[in-house]
Amino acid sequence: MATTIHDLMARLRADLKEVTPAEVKSMGEADQSLVLIDVRERDEVEQGHIPGAIHIPRGFLELRIENTVPDRKTRIVTYCAGGNRSLLAAESLQRLGYECVASMVGGFTSWRNEGHEFTTPRLLSEGDRRRYLRHLAIPEVGEEGQLKLLDSRVLLVGAGGLGCPAAYYLAAAGVGTLGILDFDVVDETNLQRQILHTVARVGTSKTESARQSLLALNPGIEVVPIEERLTSENVESIFRDFEIIVDGSDNFPTRYLVNDACVLLGKPNVHGSVFRFEGQVTVFHPPHGPCYRCLYPEPTPAELAPSCADAGVLGVLPGVVGLLEAVETVKLILGIGNPLIGRLLQYDALRAEFVELKVRRDPQCPYCGDGTEFPGFVDYEAFCAGTTAAGS
Amino acid sequence: MPSTVRVPTPLRPLVQGRDIVTVQGSTVREVLDDLERQYPGFRQRICDESGEVRRFVNVFLNAEDIVHINGLDSPVSDGDVLSIVPAIAGGGSGRPNPSRPPQTKGN
Repeated sequence: MATTIHDLMARLRADLKEVTPAEVKSMGEADQSLVLIDVRERDEVEQGHIPGAIHIPRGFLELRIENTVPDRKTRIVTYCAGGNRSLLAAESLQRLGYECVASMVGGFTSWRNEGHEFTTPRLLSEGDRRRYLRHLAIPEVGEEGQLKLLDSRVLLVGAGGLGCPAAYYLAAAGVGTLGILDFDVVDETNLQRQILHTVARVGTSKTESARQSLLALNPGIEVVPIEERLTSENVESIFRDFEIIVDGSDNFPTRYLVNDACVLLGKPNVHGSVFRFEGQVTVFHPPHGPCYRCLYPEPTPAELAPSCADAGVLGVLPGVVGLLEAVETVKLILGIGNPLIGRLLQYDALRAEFVELKVRRDPQCPYCGDGTEFPGFVDYEAFCAGTTAAGS
Repeated sequence: MPSTVRVPTPLRPLVQGRDIVTVQGSTVREVLDDLERQYPGFRQRICDESGEVRRFVNVFLNAEDIVHINGLDSPVSDGDVLSIVPAIAGGGSGRPNPSRPPQTKGN
């Protein structure tokens, strides 16, 4: 005679250990290694779950449990909404050799009704889950990482050769708020490398042009166009709203100003620069590494610093360098990998070579040195023109 | 003993367009002397009147800044690579004269 579900559950209840929510609570307090497995479906978990529980839907339990809990001696409590699926789950785990498995009576419903603590998770919307599916598949990113990206605020200084590719990919990656700081308008000669802009938008402001392209790619993010020249007066108020500054500026006064403001505000400065076939990338983030002034205490005299306009730049080159900046930015947001702090990466496109150099913080640096008080912003034009000793 | 100097793009006109130059010398100072012998005028671009490396240029011996070894007296061995690394401002913006004019943002 066929077994009914009623019979099956009765047998499991007789064979398996069951624990009450109150018992689970005290077990968890007494044993930090206790693993709670929430076997409900995603839409149920979205309504709330026990803090610290691992979510493995019942249908995937056998497939995923070994990776999640490799030690068969681990104490496990399964729970579902009402205590039935968790019993089936517990039996499966026992069959797989898990020795200390129990099912929580009454499930999450009882847990909540008894007034125990629970959290309601922030989860990606269905649309975002589809858009960022390839991120979700990477353990280092996952849903939690994608939410960090969506919560993050990154400022791009310059929507030019470096800023365009960096912004494009950061937008694609789902960096939730992208500030675009530029005061220039799109020019025909920009289009050889500044890929956010288009022929139709020649003469339009770069911030507006960038905004249109970025939102066309990803309407789910916020783009903040800041059509201003960066100055000692506005830099703090602009930078304050962002967590990471990506420097794609094109002149020394701005680079020193960006550096000084990042030092003052303690923000990482993702630095990239290009010249013809050559690029440099690093992350300045004292005290974890040097600031720009540790590396270059004095600016290059103008006559020794030809601009891209004068010297030219291979159009693809800032693409490579800008994307290296974007990668570093994403790593910083996610807190993964080994950031380019204290390391300067040089890229020689003609040789197709990367060279890594060690750069160290100068403890005597007037801006980020040990025990240094921020000396204030200077007249960066004069500083870089060599007409003042200010800031040196 | 021969070692190699990596010459950054802005300084290549001084070394007949080469990106790498082979030099002799057992210290960084001797290497720069040899470089100056081979390419007169090179040294003054990276060293000031007193002979010290200018503060807007960094010289690396292999991966390490010579400032953190022994400056110009840092010993150079056969096969070492010296990198001259100037600050580069360019953001691929293409505005003319960007290092002098107003604080503009990079494009």
